[in-house]
Amino acid sequence: MSALLEISGVSVSFDGFRAINNLSFQIAEAELRAIIGPNGAGKTTFMDIVTGKTRPDEGRVVWGDRSMSLVGMSEAQIARVGIGRKFQKPTVFEDQTVADNLLLALRKPRGPLAVLLFRPTTADLDRVAELSTEIGLESALARKAGELSHGQKQWLEIGMLLAQEPRLLLVDEPAAGMTPEEREHTTSILVDAAKTRAVVVVEHDMEFVRRLNCRVTVLHEGAVLAEGSLDHVTRNADVIDVYLGR
Amino acid sequence: MQRSFITRNPSVLIFLALLALFTLGVTVLSEAFGIGLISTSYVKVLGKTLCLALVAVAMDLVWGYCGILSLGHFAFFGLGGYMIGMWLMYERTRDIVVGALAEAPIPPTEQEIVDGIGTQIFGVVGSNEFPLIWSFADSLTLQLALVVVVPGTLALIFGWLAFRSRVNDVYLSILTQAMTLALALYLFQNDSGLRGNNGLSGLQNLPGVEQPQSHVSMWFLWASALALGLGYLLSAWIVAGKFGSVIRGIRDNEARVRFLGYSVETYKLTVFTLTACIAGIAGALYYPQAGIINPAEVAPITSIYLAAWVAIGGRGRLYGAVLGAVFVSLVSSWFTGGKAPDIPLGIYTVQWVDWWLVLLGLSFVAVTLFAPKGLGGLVDLWVERRSPNRHGADLGPDLGSLREKEASQ
Ligand SMILES: Nc1ncnc2c1ncn2[C@@H]1O[C@H](COP(=O)(O)OP(=O)(O)OP(=O)(O)O)[C@@H](O)[C@H]1O
Ligand SMILES: [Mg+2]
Repeated sequence: MSALLEISGVSVSFDGFRAINNLSFQIAEAELRAIIGPNGAGKTTFMDIVTGKTRPDEGRVVWGDRSMSLVGMSEAQIARVGIGRKFQKPTVFEDQTVADNLLLALRKPRGPLAVLLFRPTTADLDRVAELSTEIGLESALARKAGELSHGQKQWLEIGMLLAQEPRLLLVDEPAAGMTPEEREHTTSILVDAAKTRAVVVVEHDMEFVRRLNCRVTVLHEGAVLAEGSLDHVTRNADVIDVYLGR
Repeated sequence: MQRSFITRNPSVLIFLALLALFTLGVTVLSEAFGIGLISTSYVKVLGKTLCLALVAVAMDLVWGYCGILSLGHFAFFGLGGYMIGMWLMYERTRDIVVGALAEAPIPPTEQEIVDGIGTQIFGVVGSNEFPLIWSFADSLTLQLALVVVVPGTLALIFGWLAFRSRVNDVYLSILTQAMTLALALYLFQNDSGLRGNNGLSGLQNLPGVEQPQSHVSMWFLWASALALGLGYLLSAWIVAGKFGSVIRGIRDNEARVRFLGYSVETYKLTVFTLTACIAGIAGALYYPQAGIINPAEVAPITSIYLAAWVAIGGRGRLYGAVLGAVFVSLVSSWFTGGKAPDIPLGIYTVQWVDWWLVLLGLSFVAVTLFAPKGLGGLVDLWVERRSPNRHGADLGPDLGSLREKEASQ
């Protein structure tokens, strides 16, 4: 497997505080990966760096077959090369309908003129309907996203990510605030999605991570502490020390 | 496609119908073409109000939909006025100069005429030379083009600098205030080439037109109504589609739109520039009806009024902006026109000419705090209360009967 995303030697400081410290790791094509670690370990900051929100002080972030450097590209450009991101707290456009939210995310030209003249085709609407079934919102298409429950908003945001058809999906704490049933549904959506693309999930809930049944990376103080299967990392003495043991 | 756009947005049709009805009504009641119930000066007030409604629609597009609280759109409005004013003043003065020189024994040369115009126009600022910016003043076509090109270019440059550095929220508002202040200060100078604080005057006189002001005022009212109708239609079409979805997304959560792959800066720049052009057109129709334009018109406070109208009318819906502009500017002309009765309080008499602004400021605060939907929110109340099975019932005169059409659609 070739690496889809390769991060090497990346460091970031905020006012002298090293949030990411010489971080290196790789994500392969169509890989499902979980990232765990204590609060403030730098999980969200890692996503900020990959998606262009935060510029690394040093290090390389390299993407795709043609080894494109993502450092210095704008958020929108990075999104367009195929990296989708879900935020820690659900962010959907509350003032717009579920269908509009999905249409907005659909993989289509993003320039102002193309968007101005855009009219959804039947194929587009079918795709929206299909996505809404996948995320269990088929009956809510015409509702305002703001009326949805917390869990439904999380799903809508995942649905929007899928609509973007990214090659890499970064998902920050998707199960936060969800009921056990909702968590199960979320797991299956993510596992499904990872069949055709790479998915990186940040999560605190160990049960959730176990169900994802994938390779796990443990971050601590901005660097990789351990990597491997969940059983492997949970037996690691350092991990027990800084994360699990508390 | 057009039909489905209208059926999806019935408020557009209602608005255009009301606008047409209004225009027809004024025509029938005018001195020039009707029974003379509305004086020419009031026709001008109404025509100007339509222009203010148009610039309010632009403001709603940029603020209510895209979330950019620009406090500088009256600069674009004023620039549009200056651009058309230059041609009006030049040609009008030319007629006068040619008329005066015709009595001379030797026919004047072209240079003598131009010099004559220069002396006439720039005498008040102690000059008789045409500044460079007047190069095209003799061409109506070019000056009309400048009505959109000048505000558009200024908006493009300003917006590019501001949005590229991700200046947002209150900082952006302050920057736009600084822009319009700088423009006003520049125009106030005598050597700005636009006659300093004298401004451009006599704009109500159309060169080569024999008809009296009663006719001219009606032409401008029609043109203003047409411009408002088209501007409204264009704006409604823009916000109804996916573009509208994107800019509302930018208003509500800019970062999310970015991570979806849209270049937020490009969209903001597009909306900012487009609305500046609309404001320029509105200004170009306004000032010939006002007759005069001077630098005070682009003072920072005017753009703040514009934001207040849109807030009072209800931002995020186009008819709200129109309602706000029409309501506030008509009420304002009533209060400041000395028609409102003074309120004697014994030791102090409240004179509305002075106190109107305080009232406006208080209403602005009150609307922001207690009724964020503004006047447009009243329409919601009305639509919700309307029981759908009242088809065929008499809903009342004019306005009501129009809504009934919609109810039976
Ligand atoms: N923009 C910023 N400015 C200053 N400090 C920041 C910034 N972003 C993150 N940090 C700091 O960097 C550290 C890592 O934060 P990050 O949000 O990446 O942690 P996390 O692993 O996502 O934690 P959590 O599990 O709580 O979400 C924290 O100490 C945080 O306070
Ligand atoms: Mg986090």
